[in-house]
Amino acid sequence: MIVNQFLVLAALLFALGVYGLLVRRNAVMVLLAVELMLNAVNINLIAFEAVLRSSEAVGQVFAIFVITVAAAEVGIGLAIVLMIFRNRASANVDELNLMKW
Amino acid sequence: MNIGDWIGHPANWAFIILGLVVAGAAFRVVTSQNVIHAALALVAALAGTAGLFLLLSAEFVAWVLVLVYIGAVIVLFLFGIMITRAPTGRDVALDHSRKAWAAIVAGGLFVVLSWGSLQAFGTTELTNQGEPTATETVGLSLLGRFVIPFEAVSFVLLAALIGGITIARKDLTPAEEVEREAR
Repeated sequence: MIVNQFLVLAALLFALGVYGLLVRRNAVMVLLAVELMLNAVNINLIAFEAVLRSSEAVGQVFAIFVITVAAAEVGIGLAIVLMIFRNRASANVDELNLMKW
Repeated sequence: MNIGDWIGHPANWAFIILGLVVAGAAFRVVTSQNVIHAALALVAALAGTAGLFLLLSAEFVAWVLVLVYIGAVIVLFLFGIMITRAPTGRDVALDHSRKAWAAIVAGGLFVVLSWGSLQAFGTTELTNQGEPTATETVGLSLLGRFVIPFEAVSFVLLAALIGGITIARKDLTPAEEVEREAR
């Protein structure tokens, strides 16, 4: 196995995540796309770790940190979406013009 | 390295199958017109990613991914979907109308990223293929060299926990507050 097959797959996942981020209107769907992008980064970290094979498994430790921060991000993100939905009766990002001048 | 040698390796067959599953599921996540289907496609994409991690001999991270993402995050997403849109059927207005521009941006990004990594790494092979990383190594590293970031991340989680509760909690109006005091 060469490292590039994993890197190109991760690039594909990241690009799909960017597409979803740009194209989706529902805020929950946008968060799903962000998860795809974070996942692509994790694949890269683990693939580089499989090449470098550091004695302290640094790549895997960083992947665990990314997973943890992603979990926190989803929790806060969904709480914010829930609050916006409660106040505006809509979770569509293109209808949120409250802070737009 | 030629393509015949690459195809002949059984691990590459596993990679092709897992890669197709991951890519197809990720495509469904961003194109599905049904919100529940999109969230369930993310489960398939993450499960495929966990399989890739096993191929890359990262057992512990693979199972952390299964537990944290498929076990907890997806459930949170499904709750979020069900709370914010009660009729969970097909939805035609889920996407913007300017899809072509988004596709151009995403396609350009894919070309740039994959071109860059192809230029930088060529046919670099993985080292010690099939030899798993001991969970002991990851654990010692987490509580040794990376103990400060580890504690910082635990604070982030605690802050997210408290912040999530505070943001999502329904605040009482002043009248309700008075009524509650009286009880």
